[in-house]
Amino acid sequence: MSAIVAGTAAPTPSVTRRPRGGLLRAILRNRKAMVGAALLLLFILLAAFPQLFTPGLHGDPRAIGDVPLAKPSGEHWLGTTGLGQDVYAELIYSTRESLVIAVVAGLGATILSVIIGVSAAYLGGFADDGLSMLTDIFLVLPTFPLIIVLATYAGKGNLTVIIIVLILTGWSYGARQMRAQALSLRNRDFLESARVRGERSSYIIVVEVLPTMISLIVANFLGAALYSVLTAAGLQFLGLGDPNSLSWGTMLYWAQNQGALVNGLPAWALSPGLAVALLGVSFALLNYAFDEISNPALRPVRRRRAKS
Amino acid sequence: MHEELVGVRYLIRRLGFFVLTLWAAMTLNFFIPRMMPGSPEEALRQRLSKGGAVVTPEQLRTVLAEFGFDPDKNIFLQYGEYLRSMVTGHWGVSIGSSLGVPVTTLIGDALPWTLGLVGLSTVLAFVLGTLIGTVAGWRRGGLIDGIVPPVFIVTSALPYFWVALLLISLFAIGNNPVLPNDFNYDQSLTPGFTGEFIWSVIKHGILPAGTILITAVGGWILTMRNNMVTTLAEDYVRMARAKGIPGRRIMFGYAGRNAFLPNLSGFAMSLGFVISGTILVEYVFNYPGLGYMFYNATVSTDYPLLQALFLLVTLAVLICVLLCDFAVFLLDPRARTKG
Repeated sequence: MSAIVAGTAAPTPSVTRRPRGGLLRAILRNRKAMVGAALLLLFILLAAFPQLFTPGLHGDPRAIGDVPLAKPSGEHWLGTTGLGQDVYAELIYSTRESLVIAVVAGLGATILSVIIGVSAAYLGGFADDGLSMLTDIFLVLPTFPLIIVLATYAGKGNLTVIIIVLILTGWSYGARQMRAQALSLRNRDFLESARVRGERSSYIIVVEVLPTMISLIVANFLGAALYSVLTAAGLQFLGLGDPNSLSWGTMLYWAQNQGALVNGLPAWALSPGLAVALLGVSFALLNYAFDEISNPALRPVRRRRAKS
Repeated sequence: MHEELVGVRYLIRRLGFFVLTLWAAMTLNFFIPRMMPGSPEEALRQRLSKGGAVVTPEQLRTVLAEFGFDPDKNIFLQYGEYLRSMVTGHWGVSIGSSLGVPVTTLIGDALPWTLGLVGLSTVLAFVLGTLIGTVAGWRRGGLIDGIVPPVFIVTSALPYFWVALLLISLFAIGNNPVLPNDFNYDQSLTPGFTGEFIWSVIKHGILPAGTILITAVGGWILTMRNNMVTTLAEDYVRMARAKGIPGRRIMFGYAGRNAFLPNLSGFAMSLGFVISGTILVEYVFNYPGLGYMFYNATVSTDYPLLQALFLLVTLAVLICVLLCDFAVFLLDPRARTKG
C-alpha cells in the first residue's frame, strides 16, 4: 500500500492527539473501517461455524450428488459441480482454509518484516547495509513467478508449503517501511533515556520501540494478508494447490477445468472468485481506513478545509 | 563539482544493486530446481516414452547432456558453467512440450505479444490512474473525490483472474458473444499487415487488456490522490495560491509534479504485481505470451525455459527500477544531494 496516505473528507475527530481513547471512536466513525470490519467478521463466522450457514447439508460438503452441472435452484443455491457437488456448501466450507492462509501468512510475513526491518535500523552500519540490500533484492525479484517455481518443485498442494512460500516472498515491502520508521525513532529522547537507564537492547526494542510502531505493524499485516489471499487463490487457480482441498482457489481450478463458463454456469465459475474478492476488499478497506485514522499528515489538510 | 561526485556515487550504487540482484536471481534459478524433488531426467523419460519410443538410460543421458544437464558433474562446476552461459545468452533448448527448440526462439515468439498487451495496458493504467488521482486529490471532497476512493479500493483488491472470468462471462460467452476470449488472433487468418489481421489482434486484446486496466488502475489512483492531498498542504502550494497563479498550473506544475515522484518509484516496485497478473490473465485467455509460456513451462518442468523466463522477468523489472530511479534523480534535486 502507499507509504504516504491521507484521509477522506469524512469528519474524523482529532485522534492523533489522543491515540488511545480516540482510536476506537475513530474506527467506529470511519465508514470504510466499519464495512471492512463487518465483512471480515462475516468471514470469520463462516470459517468458524460453516454448518450454521448450510442448513440443508448433512455430512461432507464435497459429497458427490446425482445431478451434475445443475443450474442454481432452490435445492442447490449456486448449482452443482461436474461431480454433482453442491457449490454453495463448498463455498461456505472453503472459507476456513482461505482465511487461515490469509491470517497465518500475513502474520508470518509481518513478523519477519518487523524482525528484519527493526534490526536493520537498530543495528546500523554493516548489518544495516546487508539487511537493506537483502530487502531490496527480495522487493525487486518477481515474486509470483518465484512462488510458482517454488510451489511446483516443493510438491504441489501442501498447505504448509504455500504458506511458507507466501511468507518468504511477502515480507520485503513491510521490512522497508519498518526500517524507515524505526530509523526515525532511533534518536528520540524516550529511547535515549531507556539507554541511559541501562536497559538491554532487546528490552528497548520490545517494550519501547515496537509499541510506538503498532499502527504501521497493523497496516502491514492487513497489506500482507491481502497479498496472501490474492496470491494463494491465484496459485490454486493455476492448479498448484492441493486439488482435493476445500478452498476458493481450488474451487476456481475445478470450475475452470470442468468448463463452468462454457457450460453456462457462471454462478459456479464466479462465486469463489467473488468470495476471494470480498475478503480482499475487507482487508483493503481496513488498511485504507487505518491509514486515514493513524496518519498525522491529515491535520493540515483538515485545517485548510475548515478555512475554505 | 560536489553534486556531480554524489551523482556518480549514486549511479555506481544503483548499478551494483542491479548486478547483485541479477546474480541472486540467477543463483535462485540454478539451485531451486536442483534442491527440489522431480528430476528433469524422469520428466524427459516420460515424455519421450509417451511418444512410443523405448529409451535406454544411455540414450537419455546423451539427450540430457545436449540440453546441458549432467548429473555426474560437480554441482559447482555446473554452477560456473551455468552462470557463464546465462551471461553470454546461451540459454539452452526447451525440454518441455516444444522439445529441442532453442529457448531464445520460443521467447522471441512470445515476447512481442506480452510487450504489446501488458506493456501498453500497464502504461495506460499508470497514466490514467495518475491523472484521475491528481484531479481527485485537487478537488478534495468534490464529486469525483467522493466516488473515487471507495470504488478503487474495491477494484484494487479484486483478483486478476476473477475479473478476467467476469469479463468473459459478460462479453464472450452466451447468445451473442461480442468479443473473443481465446488466443491472440483469429487462427484462420494469416499474420500480416492487413486491416483484417490487425483488427483481429485488437479484438483479441480488448478483454485481457481491460482486465489488467481494471485491476491495476486503482492502486495508482489511490496513491496519487493521497500524495496530492499531502502535497497540497505544503507551504509552497499556499504561496503559489497567494501569488495568484492559475489553479491548473498549481495542480500540475506545483502539487502534481511533487506528488508524482513517489508514484514513479512505486511504479517500478509494482511491476512484480503486474507480472503476476500477466501470468494469470494470459492463462485465462490462452494468450500466447510470456506469462502463458511460464505456466506451460511449469506444468512440463521445462527447466531451461523456466530459468530463462524468470531471468528475463527479473531483468525487465530491474531495468524499469533503474529507469525510474534515474527519472526521479533527474526530476528531484533532493535525491541528488542525498547520495
